[in-house]
Amino acid sequence: MATGHEAMSVPDAGLHGAAARDAWAGGASPFAIGSKKLGMWLFVVSDAITFSAMLIAYSYVRMASANWPMPFEFMPSIANATVMTFILLSSSLTMVMGVRASKLGNRSGVVKWLLATMLGGILFDVLHLREWLGLIDEGVRLFKNPWGNPLFGASFFGLTGLHMTHVTIGVVYLGVIAWGTSRGKYSDEDVEVSGLYWHFVDLVWMFIFPLVYLMSNKMA
Amino acid sequence: MHDSAERAHAEASKRTFQFVWGWLLALTAVEVVLAYQRLEIKLMLTLLMTLSVVKASLIISYFMHLKYEKRSLVLLLMPAMVFVICMMFVVFPDSVRLYRQALR
Repeated sequence: MATGHEAMSVPDAGLHGAAARDAWAGGASPFAIGSKKLGMWLFVVSDAITFSAMLIAYSYVRMASANWPMPFEFMPSIANATVMTFILLSSSLTMVMGVRASKLGNRSGVVKWLLATMLGGILFDVLHLREWLGLIDEGVRLFKNPWGNPLFGASFFGLTGLHMTHVTIGVVYLGVIAWGTSRGKYSDEDVEVSGLYWHFVDLVWMFIFPLVYLMSNKMA
Repeated sequence: MHDSAERAHAEASKRTFQFVWGWLLALTAVEVVLAYQRLEIKLMLTLLMTLSVVKASLIISYFMHLKYEKRSLVLLLMPAMVFVICMMFVVFPDSVRLYRQALR
């Protein structure tokens, strides 16, 4: 692993002998991170497995189907989803700038960057809901649609709905962290942990976007 | 945590973050262009998934900071997750069977 800048004085990964044994035996902080951060990482891993199961279930029914709908025109669907991807990626940049501000002890900077990140999340939700309403208007339901395999709606709304729920929860979570930071309630670790969650939500979209949208564009 | 070394690191990281963000946007644009090429579906899926794994790795390594954590943390989190996800692929032979049945 490249040079870390360990916040805590815990033996480095490169050590041998007694020091390495102590680190692996548990010690006070075997992974050299706080318990909140470790907790969020473990949640992220389990949530990654949840989303993987959803994506694989979607791929399973799609591969098994001889008439899977591929309804997305470039305008508006693919263009809309591409803009949503850019917004989510940009909100990850503002998030990481917020974490950086918290490491530098700049509290007003943290609040500013977190508000920018929340704005990105809200914009993402608004564009996504508008798209949902458009599809519902075209007659897509959970187990019925005008184009083909009736499971299209269930897998589409289930997958993107679970993701949208994560974005919405993330906006609330970041709001709480921003509010608490402005009042001096939270440490830089709390901001960093909320950042892990936000980046993960962004990461999941990096798989939903190609599998659900790009692979279902009308030309493909 | 507010010493000059930390500030220098923060300045360097700001450029890194912007650089990674630029790459993520560029790879997304590549994916969209790729989606409109007339490619065989397996090749298309492989290319899109490869690009997505690259993007996910960039996010995990830099935005989620895992590149700078201890190796023991990476070993705790990543191999088990990848293994579990790969095990789920066990369902795909069945979906191929159903597809052939649907064609008949």
